[in-house]
Amino acid sequence: MNSEPSATVPTGDVAQFARGPRMRAWEWALWGAALLSWFVLPRQAPLLNEMAILALFAISLDLILGYAGIVSLGHAAFFGTGAYVAALFAKHFVADPVAGLAVAALAAAMLGLLTSVLVLRGSDLTRLMVTLGVALILYELANRFDKITGGADGLQGVVMGPLLGRFAFDMGGRVAYLYSLTVLIVLFFIARRVVHSPFGYGLRAIRDNPQRATAIGIGSNVRLAAVYTLAATYAGIAGALLAQTTGFASLDVYDFHRSADVLLVLVIGGVGWLYGGLIGAVLFTLMHEILSGLTPQYWQFWIGLLLIVLVLAGRGRIGRMARRLLPPRWRAAAGKDSP
Amino acid sequence: MTAPVLETRGLQKHFGGIVATQDVSFNLMRGARHALIGPNGAGKTTLVNLLTGLLVPSGGHIFLDGTDITAMPTHRRARKGLVRTFQINQLFDSLTPLESIALAIAEHRGSGAHFWRALARDAAVADEAAALLTRLHLADVMLVPTASLPYGKRRLLEIALALASQPRVLLLDEPVAGVPSTESREILDTLAALPADVTVLLIEHDMDLVFRFATHISVLVNGAILVEGTADEIARDARVRAVYLGDAVVGSRDG
Amino acid sequence: MLTILFDGVAYGMLLFLLASGLAVTLGLMNFVNLAHGAFAMAGGYLTAVLSNKLGMPFLLCLPLAFLFSALLGAALEPTLYRRLYRRPHLDQVLFSIGLVFMAVATVDFFFGSTQQFVRIPEFLRQRFEIGGASVGAYRLFIIVVCGILALALQAVLTRTRFGSRLRAAVDDPRVASGLGIDVNRIFLVTFAFGSGLAGLGGALGAEILGLDPTFPLKFMIYFLIVVAVGGTTTITGPLLASLLLGIADVAGKYYVPKLGAFMIYTVMIVVLMLRPQGLFARAGGR
Repeated sequence: MNSEPSATVPTGDVAQFARGPRMRAWEWALWGAALLSWFVLPRQAPLLNEMAILALFAISLDLILGYAGIVSLGHAAFFGTGAYVAALFAKHFVADPVAGLAVAALAAAMLGLLTSVLVLRGSDLTRLMVTLGVALILYELANRFDKITGGADGLQGVVMGPLLGRFAFDMGGRVAYLYSLTVLIVLFFIARRVVHSPFGYGLRAIRDNPQRATAIGIGSNVRLAAVYTLAATYAGIAGALLAQTTGFASLDVYDFHRSADVLLVLVIGGVGWLYGGLIGAVLFTLMHEILSGLTPQYWQFWIGLLLIVLVLAGRGRIGRMARRLLPPRWRAAAGKDSP
Repeated sequence: MTAPVLETRGLQKHFGGIVATQDVSFNLMRGARHALIGPNGAGKTTLVNLLTGLLVPSGGHIFLDGTDITAMPTHRRARKGLVRTFQINQLFDSLTPLESIALAIAEHRGSGAHFWRALARDAAVADEAAALLTRLHLADVMLVPTASLPYGKRRLLEIALALASQPRVLLLDEPVAGVPSTESREILDTLAALPADVTVLLIEHDMDLVFRFATHISVLVNGAILVEGTADEIARDARVRAVYLGDAVVGSRDG
Repeated sequence: MLTILFDGVAYGMLLFLLASGLAVTLGLMNFVNLAHGAFAMAGGYLTAVLSNKLGMPFLLCLPLAFLFSALLGAALEPTLYRRLYRRPHLDQVLFSIGLVFMAVATVDFFFGSTQQFVRIPEFLRQRFEIGGASVGAYRLFIIVVCGILALALQAVLTRTRFGSRLRAAVDDPRVASGLGIDVNRIFLVTFAFGSGLAGLGGALGAEILGLDPTFPLKFMIYFLIVVAVGGTTTITGPLLASLLLGIADVAGKYYVPKLGAFMIYTVMIVVLMLRPQGLFARAGGR
């Protein structure tokens, strides 16, 4: 051993590490504001509902893209499956929302597990294509079996029963929003725990350096399949919420633009910290509202331009610039390595 | 006689027409301090890749504690205690050293797949990680993202990651390559302090290090083992000197 | 059945023409350019405008379509694409999707969303009976043109100095530039040429594939399939993949119309799972 006295372990640093998963002040503030919005903005309930659903969808993508490094161009496959299953379940079986949610979640999970084998191997391009291909296949299938799915016109007249047997969905969408928000909060905090667990760190290790991850004993295939299934479940639940709260499901739920939009949402908010999905969803929905009012058909043009600008400016750089706007105490807490 | 901890029999690897590993048979006994030397391109890293499962052999077998691991995937070999370091640092750039080491320790302890309780809240793991990092003089950068670390510290972390898995057989691929002298001393001290029952195979070009550390040496040339023996025997072997003619045998630290 | 084979071959050759530029771009710059279809669309719409509004003969429009898309590519490569070569694939995907969206919206704005029709000359509208197959003159024309181009491409790649430099740059850009090969210039020329081919393909394909603002999105997956299955290191790979895809698609839509494109996607997934590097990739390439 060397002749220096052995160094002391910096227990302060270890304590700081242990505090990592703790909820920060701004997180409480954010969720408080979200709950407050239900009381304070009753007339925006439909819009807020849209935000909540999109946020959940984006978080589901973040689980595989931000944490596991799987680039997917077809995440709508799970969203759409959840939507259709929920709509069909309500129409043909039981119109109870929570039951439908559970069934849709199960369907999406099974699809996720089945297709997870496809993304375990291969390069980024392969994964892009395979995920895109799955979404396209489902789109085609939904299109072909239009007797069941309503085809291009969509599945209409999906009437939901009262939530938990007591709270009927109102015309103003307030019950719907609270429903979606509650589901979002629950699932978010579950995801948050998963991300902070050894499993979550293992995913990041696989993303950063797959070779080294195996070298420290991580069985990548099983882990990736697990998170892919989890992400699929979340996406399916988001789709189910959409179908249940709007009473409608059409081919649009499988459309490529859904997969592209959710990717953009995540890029706007920041990939790899769950709050990115949340913030991105809020900003994206607001942008859509504003721009749709101005130039309804050419929304796609502005989205495209935004994407290009974001990429050229550098996603990391934007995040750093945004963080400089926060007050100093919040800045440290909002470091991208937290939640 | 006790059985070898790690053994290969007739190990082969072809890449198309190129034979990278030719009929390599050797064994390591428990607690061995064994060096693998040879000129550039001799196939040393290929051999390590075969031993750890990153490459699939074209022929031959590998045994760990008598078990045939030839078809075993890398992560299962790692769980059995066969661990390596990489010649080019392979780290987790977005994690901090504390996070990386804690993860490796958690994996070793079997809690790697736990998905509910936070890694950071596992006090035993965190303490062990902090202690290991302190031993390797990385205490001051424990919470710095790996991507921001200077090269010497990254190399130390590379070694620390391997040690975190409490290896039984440790394969070191040029551990001090390109490392500034302060950190390389720290690395060497760490290697010297390894427990006696850990079996070490060291790939190195730096002959000072080799002769200081290794009791036995194998010389690999063109994918085949030229000669094996104790450090003294190899030092005096004329064939080895001939192979190294033109190479810097009396290597400097930056070799 | 021979008719189907013939139509499938024509379709496949067209796909090859369209996708070859993407194959080279991907192989050369390792850039996932999902906007490749937009260059094809540009050539198609130019041809539509020239032949319908200005009454220009169809055959003259073809080289102009090539030129237009090539210039477009030459303009975009050094200004935008080149900045992203070293970025992660996600960034490239996002960028090219953004480009597609802008292109689609722009075309929609100026031309509306209806199908564009291109006026093809009389002599290409005939049909012949050859050996039991009903052969359309236009499809025959496509096969001939694309065949000649494929041979020319192969010749350029294997027999010329530019071709050698290109192949060197594909195999290893750093080493190639170390050998004094101006890699930037090769990238520019190749990207422009690939885009030009796409434009030509768009012009030729308007009659068979249809032409509307959603063209780049509709056919994106087909180009990707050709490149993924055929590999990016040869000409013959994508060619064979395109022919396979063309025949399979035409035959599938004829014999099993209920499943249509579904078959193609399934086959693609199966192929990628079995051989992630493509069916025809040359070993040692990327």
